[in-house]
Amino acid sequence: MSEPIDLEQLETARREWDKTVLTPALEKNPGRDEAALRTASNIPLQPLYDPTSDNPATYLERQGFPGCYPFTRGVQPTMYRGRLWTMRQYAGFGTAEQTNARFRYLLDQGQTGLSVAFDLPTQVGLDSDHSLALGEVGKVGVAIDTLRDMEALLAEIPLDEVSTSMTINAPAAVLLAMYIVVAESQDADWSKLRGTIQNDILKEYVARGTYIFPPGPSMRLIQNTFEFCARKLPKWNSISVSGYHIREAGATAVQEVAFTLADAIAYVETALQAGLNVDEFAGGLSFFFSAGSDLLEEVAKFRAARRMWARIMKQRFGAQSPRSMTLRFHSQTSGAALTAQQPDNNVARVTLHALAAVLGGTQSLHTNSRDEALALPSQESVQIALRTQQILAHESGVANTVDPLAGSYVVEALTDEIEAQAHDYLERIASMGGMVQAIEAGYVQREIADAAYTYQRQLEDGKRIVVGVNRFTTADEPHRDLMRHDPGLREAQLARLADVRFERNEQAVLQALRALRNAAEQPGENLMYPIIDCVRRYATLGEICAELRRVFGEHTQPGVV
Amino acid sequence: MTKRLRILIGKPGLDGHDRGAKFIARGLRDAGYEVIYTGIRQTPESIVSTAIQEDVDLIGLSLLSGAHNELFPRIVQLLREQDAADIVVFGGGIIPEEDIEPLKQAGVRAIFTPGTTLNTIIEFIESCRQDQKVS
Repeated sequence: MSEPIDLEQLETARREWDKTVLTPALEKNPGRDEAALRTASNIPLQPLYDPTSDNPATYLERQGFPGCYPFTRGVQPTMYRGRLWTMRQYAGFGTAEQTNARFRYLLDQGQTGLSVAFDLPTQVGLDSDHSLALGEVGKVGVAIDTLRDMEALLAEIPLDEVSTSMTINAPAAVLLAMYIVVAESQDADWSKLRGTIQNDILKEYVARGTYIFPPGPSMRLIQNTFEFCARKLPKWNSISVSGYHIREAGATAVQEVAFTLADAIAYVETALQAGLNVDEFAGGLSFFFSAGSDLLEEVAKFRAARRMWARIMKQRFGAQSPRSMTLRFHSQTSGAALTAQQPDNNVARVTLHALAAVLGGTQSLHTNSRDEALALPSQESVQIALRTQQILAHESGVANTVDPLAGSYVVEALTDEIEAQAHDYLERIASMGGMVQAIEAGYVQREIADAAYTYQRQLEDGKRIVVGVNRFTTADEPHRDLMRHDPGLREAQLARLADVRFERNEQAVLQALRALRNAAEQPGENLMYPIIDCVRRYATLGEICAELRRVFGEHTQPGVV
Repeated sequence: MTKRLRILIGKPGLDGHDRGAKFIARGLRDAGYEVIYTGIRQTPESIVSTAIQEDVDLIGLSLLSGAHNELFPRIVQLLREQDAADIVVFGGGIIPEEDIEPLKQAGVRAIFTPGTTLNTIIEFIESCRQDQKVS
């Protein structure tokens, strides 16, 4: 047996190497521009990491084993050796029928879960015929006004077999109600339904913008969905706490971890205030992160987030169940990293992003398409994006052992560094009274805006290079076939909405809406039940949200630059 | 001495992606312009009324959701209706190439697509000054 590593001896050897080898080499060639030798989040990288930067005595405390606290190495014992991640392409455009066709195409191509993109009017609780919906119907996602649209969206998709993620926040309770009512009509048992509602309102205030109500009542709706899912939909993720949009808005990797976990802490506190037991709902919390181009930093980010969440849940909230401590996450490749110039280069970028997510231990993944800086993706581009995941899964070999970058000196050092910096943010936010207060004070928004500005300045000054944008440009970009929206789409959607309004029992709808409003006025009532009643009677999303707007008011926020 | 131009950066429609709008607003401010940023989810009416109240010389619109063909021309039209057609309107975002010419015909002076540098936009603003399109 060999002798255990003598750290002192190693440190001496390292100092010797620094002096006799590294220093003369740096004198000859001081290296590339300093900004280029930092991570995407501006963390300076050392020229070399070695065992002296990684103390093996703390292995169990910092890394441990997969499936065990603190889950740094992964949430399951065998990770992708047991089952590959879920390949889940976010899709939605036009009418429910068009999106249904895209879903069925993706399932035929080997996709294993659905992910619904809704159009903006749906996301802010407005019907397609509202004046503010002008130009937006069916554009960035599918338009859903009533249960009728949801029935068409999910037609011939076995809801007790697929898992469905819905990117919906302010009106998440309404869309969830529609989903489970459609499931009922398919005779799919609620207890078998698997999926996720994003339901993360706090990041809407700081980054994504599809808020409706002020923070107080929004948190109540989240509380209500937590409670409902804990009792009725045991396999459903009642929230997907999202760092993705925070990162895409320009945050650093450290800020992405810190602000996402700060949001999650606020949700846990809300649920505890409602009288739920931590282990009763914490298993339904899931996360969503961005996967960007800085491979090493991104892998470290995912590992740091897992470790921090496990510690927060165990130490701060006293969770007992391991599931409550595991940070399970979806990831999407970075949209902001895609370039409109030489868009085929994006295939290479997306491969890097996806590799980072897989090496970081993601549970599900969306890969962006090469043409998304130009328009919604064409079917051909979507296929390449899905194939990228399949190549990683079946050809690269990285899925065949657990957490393959663990023990890389640099990845472990970056994992520690991101945790330490994110921890500082969490303390600062706690000292402000928590995340809701930090958001109301504009602190989080300013931090993100500053980071975004710094990054963009570095790009404009040429300190950071983006291939095809500020270096290696080509003069003539060839014309591409992009997806175009069907110009008759809005009219078709309005006609269907008018039909529903005409055919339904108006009296029953008004009654259900009145009951919802009464319940909303009583803070102790769980609004999921009256919302389900409204949905069943074909009340529109806009009508349901209008009742809630009357009781809760609407959130507005000034532009913070 | 040249006048300090006033610029309104506006986010019409329901789109919440404002990373680009904020960067342009702050970058133009750092470059010496007076800049007002509306925040997200503004109606064309509120953008036009702010522009007139604040007596701006230019309006820069940012939209990534695909509603530009409806909302940008609507803003130009409202400016004309309110005798404020002298305010120069430009825009940016995810805007397909084939939409650019029709938008210009509708009165949007320039469209900037992803990858545009701040300097390009400043050059455009200064060219408007020289053309006496802004006084």
